[in-house]
Amino acid sequence: MKSFEGETLSWDCSDGVLEVSLHRPPCNEIGRPTLGDLERLVEALGALQDEISAVVFSSAIQAGFSAGADLGQLYREMQGLDAPARQAGVREFLERIHRALNAIDAAGAVTIAAVHGVCFGGGFELALVCDLIVADRTARFSFPELRLGLVPGFGGVPRLKRDLGNALVRDLLFTGRSINAAKALEAGLVSQVVAEGQALRVARQMAQQARKFDRETVRAAKRFVKPIPYAELRQEIELFCELFARPAVEQSLRKFAEGAGVMPYLP
Amino acid sequence: MPVRSLDEITAEILDLAAQQFRVPRAELSPEDDFFTKLGIDSLQALDLLTRLERHFRIELPDYELQGVSDFRTLAERIQARVG
Repeated sequence: MKSFEGETLSWDCSDGVLEVSLHRPPCNEIGRPTLGDLERLVEALGALQDEISAVVFSSAIQAGFSAGADLGQLYREMQGLDAPARQAGVREFLERIHRALNAIDAAGAVTIAAVHGVCFGGGFELALVCDLIVADRTARFSFPELRLGLVPGFGGVPRLKRDLGNALVRDLLFTGRSINAAKALEAGLVSQVVAEGQALRVARQMAQQARKFDRETVRAAKRFVKPIPYAELRQEIELFCELFARPAVEQSLRKFAEGAGVMPYLP
Repeated sequence: MPVRSLDEITAEILDLAAQQFRVPRAELSPEDDFFTKLGIDSLQALDLLTRLERHFRIELPDYELQGVSDFRTLAERIQARVG
């Protein structure tokens, strides 16, 4: 499917570049609707693999790339379920999101995330599956999950370890702080920082550059330079499910969902 | 980076905040609660933080903002990083 208009994202393929635009208000929170659209995207990537050289992800939402998992939906889905059913539900979601993100990570085309504003939690994890991140100067990156009694569950830690020194990985996890684009550039997380509003334009230029190279060569180079940490990703699912069973997690999610924490994006 | 007094830093923060959130500069004072006065939420507060980091050429972890809601105290946090 060369073009698609979904509830949470849309894409269009032209001249060997597939552009994906995230557009779910308020800030591209990733729940079941987004998961469904990502699964459709993965199908399209497979069908178009001999036609596309690059994939660009960006957000049409002013506030940012993505604020992460849809915690409100997660909390609502837990209600009325007993513990085994909750566990089964979250595990099913994690297995599916991992399959989708792993497929994007392994895509033969060069994948580029054009990031502005908040890129938190699950949103950060989506950016991390991409080969390249270009950030505008408004971008901020964060893994706030420990505030909820959880760890990143969409593959964030194994992929962050793939890209960054472990000291900064620990800083991000254990303080839950956000870092700005300049810090992300300094750490090697993003490849370019550009002026506000320019990330998508620059990402498109990168995609045009990637189009010049033989697809088979790019695929081989990707497998060589960006191994996918499947074993650690599996461990992450198990750890997340183990932590999710704790009562403190439901309390944290209730606080978030009911707006008791009025400043949810500050630590 | 020249040494700045707390009053200078506070004034620069008020200037930046007024500009970013389109609030008349004359309506802002150091003791104001910036969430209430600027009418911002936590996402917008992070945007302000990004601009302040860039302006003062510092890194200011957002956990430093815990318990900080007025411009003067924010200036103290920034001064501690500017040196």
